[in-house]
Amino acid sequence: MNLHAIAAIYVYEMRRFRRTIFESLLSPVISTTLYFVVFGAAIGERIEEVEGISYGAFIVPGLIMLSVMTQAISNASFGIYFPKFIGTIYELLSAPVSFFEIVLGHVGAAATKSLLIGGMILLTAGVFVDFEIRHPGMMLAFLVMTCISFALFGFIIGIWAENFQQLQLVPLLVITPLVFLGGAFYSVAMLPPAWQAVALFNPVVYLISGFRWSFFGVADVGVGWSLLAIALFLTLCLGVVWWIFRSGYRIRA
Amino acid sequence: MAAIVEVTDLSKTYGDGFRALRGVDLRIAEGEILALLGPNGAGKTTLISALCGIVTPTGGQALVGGHDVVADYRAARCLVGLVPQEVMLDPFDRVIDALRFSRGLFGRGRDEALIARILRQLSLWDKRDARLRELSGGMRRRVLIAKALCHEPRVLFLDEPTAGVDVGLRRDMWEVVRGLRARGVTIILTTHYIEEAEAIADRIAIIDKGEILLVEETAELIRKMGRKTLRIALAAPLARLPAALAEDGLELIEEGRALLCHLPAQGAGDGLTRLVQALAQEGLALRDIETRQSRLEEIFVGLLREGAA
Repeated sequence: MNLHAIAAIYVYEMRRFRRTIFESLLSPVISTTLYFVVFGAAIGERIEEVEGISYGAFIVPGLIMLSVMTQAISNASFGIYFPKFIGTIYELLSAPVSFFEIVLGHVGAAATKSLLIGGMILLTAGVFVDFEIRHPGMMLAFLVMTCISFALFGFIIGIWAENFQQLQLVPLLVITPLVFLGGAFYSVAMLPPAWQAVALFNPVVYLISGFRWSFFGVADVGVGWSLLAIALFLTLCLGVVWWIFRSGYRIRA
Repeated sequence: MAAIVEVTDLSKTYGDGFRALRGVDLRIAEGEILALLGPNGAGKTTLISALCGIVTPTGGQALVGGHDVVADYRAARCLVGLVPQEVMLDPFDRVIDALRFSRGLFGRGRDEALIARILRQLSLWDKRDARLRELSGGMRRRVLIAKALCHEPRVLFLDEPTAGVDVGLRRDMWEVVRGLRARGVTIILTTHYIEEAEAIADRIAIIDKGEILLVEETAELIRKMGRKTLRIALAAPLARLPAALAEDGLELIEEGRALLCHLPAQGAGDGLTRLVQALAQEGLALRDIETRQSRLEEIFVGLLREGAA
């Protein structure tokens, strides 16, 4: 195991984050504040409670998930796409590193960044609404697993993308709708029955539901299903990454 | 000396069917400088890329320090440093961070003293905290070389290191190359500047259309393949070339005012003696003799033309 290489990649990626720390941390804080103003204060006033939780608090887990997923994807995808784009990937390919080590460095850094951003949003949310976390251990577990699996997903997108447009495509066209329709701002139970059935095909529903359960002890689907869903997604991403590196897909001729 | 790089029947066919390497055999001795010459698209970069792990060979075998570059890639790549043809650097990174990254990537722990030494050697010390986008093209190329040296490789590949580089940097670069060689580092370089290869390389390999045409010691190559050309200016113009001289292969040029003679570089002395005797027998008065040794460039062009024929 080339630990120095994993550390080098991780430090390099985190340095990129540090260079833009202000933008990186400020933008989620601002967007979260905006969500609270619009959904919490303006609209939330008219929505009494959802499943016994004040609406402002109810949307906290979904907001964190929304940011964490998009940040994990964009950080990891950019992290591997950029070296491909400017050609510096030659060094990675000629170094005595295994694919596993490359993934560990890149995905580890992207997951760390999104975890930090998730924590930042949690703190910001605490300023606006009162809430308590019933299962902090499970909350952290859900958060970390989401960070890792979506960073892996972002890594796959970064490898696949051949231009900057493609890099933006998946987060914009797939993730944002899935999260918005995944119960970030409402309980799936609030949907008409037919749409409830459709929602169960949205993997993000399971993640947000499980994450919300760790806060308030209420969930749209059983927490076991949520854990299974995220484990499945993680395994799927690992499988694809393994295949990418075995076949050299879009990396090594 | 023992071979540090051993390439056996190496081939590479790209996905689109292009055969960039066709059964390349090459042995490179530890501590030598080998220049890889060939026209554009001959397979130079593919060969280097295959040895460094950037492209996967489709046939044959390559060993670096006895380690297979595919099966035992870790051990092989630890020994190898690569300076790519194009300047590819993260524009936002700082010089010193870029070097630390390279060292770490190759599995080596921090060594600030070594990094400082490399930076000084390449006149980059003053720029160590500059971002790469702030550097000139020449400086960036120095950074590429510095990055390749950070993990103290035993084999260094330089792909067109002096393309588009000014005279000063080129001189510095060759100084570094000589310094490395003195420390026993094996160097494989590709270049279009043949006089450069002639000046610095111990051996020359010529590659074309994915095949090695020849590998020869530089001096030997020039001696074996080179020719000496003599231009003999005559005191009085000749109307016709005397038959005895025509038999020796001389030509009458410049409307009879000069003679042209080609001699093989090998054994040119004997030919020269016979020639002078023949000229004396004909009673020709000479005004001047110019001799010219054909350079590597002409040999190179000649070989490629032969290959194409």
